[in-house]
Amino acid sequence: MRPIIEMDHVTFGYGTTSVLQDVSLHLHFGQFAALVGPSGAGKTTFLKMVTGLLTPTHGTVAINGHKFGDPLPPRIGYVPQIETVDWNFPVTAGQVVLMGVTNTSGLFPWVSRADRQRADELLDQLGIGGLANRHIRDLSGGQQQRVFLARALISNPDLLVLDEPTAGVDMRTAESVLHTLAHLNQDGLSILMTTHDLNAAAAHIPWVICLNRRVIAQGTPEDVYTEDILNETYQGDFMVIHQNDMLFVQQRPHHHTLRDILPNPTPGETVP
Amino acid sequence: MDILLQPFQFEFFRNGTLAAVLVGGLCGMIGVYIVLRGMSYIGHGLSHAVFGGAVVSFVLGWNFYVGAGLWGFLAAVLINQTVRRTRINADAAIGVITTASFALGVALISRYRRFTRSFDAALFGSVLGVTPEDVLVVAVVAAMVALVVFFRYKQLLFMTFDTQVAQVYGINTAWLDTLFALALAAGLIASMQILGVTLIAAALVIPAITARLLTDRFDRMLLMSIGMGMLTGFFGMYLSYYLDIASGASIVLLQASVFAVVLGITSFQKRATQRLMHTHV
Repeated sequence: MRPIIEMDHVTFGYGTTSVLQDVSLHLHFGQFAALVGPSGAGKTTFLKMVTGLLTPTHGTVAINGHKFGDPLPPRIGYVPQIETVDWNFPVTAGQVVLMGVTNTSGLFPWVSRADRQRADELLDQLGIGGLANRHIRDLSGGQQQRVFLARALISNPDLLVLDEPTAGVDMRTAESVLHTLAHLNQDGLSILMTTHDLNAAAAHIPWVICLNRRVIAQGTPEDVYTEDILNETYQGDFMVIHQNDMLFVQQRPHHHTLRDILPNPTPGETVP
Repeated sequence: MDILLQPFQFEFFRNGTLAAVLVGGLCGMIGVYIVLRGMSYIGHGLSHAVFGGAVVSFVLGWNFYVGAGLWGFLAAVLINQTVRRTRINADAAIGVITTASFALGVALISRYRRFTRSFDAALFGSVLGVTPEDVLVVAVVAAMVALVVFFRYKQLLFMTFDTQVAQVYGINTAWLDTLFALALAAGLIASMQILGVTLIAAALVIPAITARLLTDRFDRMLLMSIGMGMLTGFFGMYLSYYLDIASGASIVLLQASVFAVVLGITSFQKRATQRLMHTHV
């Protein structure tokens, strides 16, 4: 199978701080993968490499065989974290969707009938038809997420990249977003997303990449969700529970005593 | 009717009004992008930087528009690059670069006291000195900025909404930033004679924020801001004539009054809607 993402021996750092070290990863066409790891593991930097926002210090990145800077750049649909969006910006849902075709929709400010039709179709397909003229602030969290998904899809991308699409939304909305992504993947779209929700990833995403400055492991959730791999990725103490053909991950609770928390008592002082 | 037409018998008023209308529209257009990018302070800062450039160009015997324009453009690019490449925030970068430039202008003025007087107009705005050539410069700059906004409307909208994501979608934001800096510098220089360095910032910001209160759509906000800038430019000139006050001050005061009225009405409407919803719940 042809790779959609080819990342070979990629190293990147900010100043003297190394964020990614010799990362090599090939993601194939039609794969739906979740990038998991603790905060500071380099997930956002990884996505910035994949979307061309950052250039590796060493190594190469190619999307569908195209490198960034090539005359024919990679076609990527990108959905940012909705927490980073300026919700007071004066745009409607429809206008946001149409931003996805900015560079291919002609020189004039107005929108072609074909683009508008495609935007309406996508909004319908994602279950938010009829909301095109609403201001983005007036939509629910799930609807907002879908608007940005529609913007990413309108240019028929080779790869869909999402940064924490389940962050900042309630559990039901997160489920619904993941279902939508699974449907898109069934239609053949390659998807890479970051998430902190290991259990949702186990339930909905067929391929998981564990990252902590380097790729610790990758594979199906069944392969990757082992205590050893998760402990190494998160530098924590995890337990993996199998129940009714489902996988659950839980961090072991810390049993602190006052002795663990309080500083060593001075001579003569007693700790209760 | 005669009273209304009376000021137009004077050439200075005809030139000044035409320039004020064009400047109002120009500032209204640029101001929308400035306000939405959270860079309201840049108008204030850059106009001061341009002032420094104007003094330097005078001292060196350069053409005012070339010298001040180049200075303003370089200051805008320097601010953008400082923000992009360092950890310094936009407000701090604007503060350092533009104030240093203004200080240079003040230092040169205090050194060469002989031309202090002619810079009063640059600081506070005056229609008396507006020549047909000045009107032509304003018209050319307004037309060029309008063309940039027209042909780069979608790219500018996307970049203003989210610069980083716009880059992922293939928009050359570095180039657009430079183009915008050029348009801003040109707009400021063209507006200096009418509004004055100290009042340009208000003319950039007030029409845009007033329009923002009235609409949730970007296209309408842009048109409203331009319209308000032009109308307040026109009627501000009347006020300036009849009240015998500086043109820049009358235009900005009129804009501030319109803003206050719109703010009052929209706040009242919002409260009334909330009360109605509360009653129904």
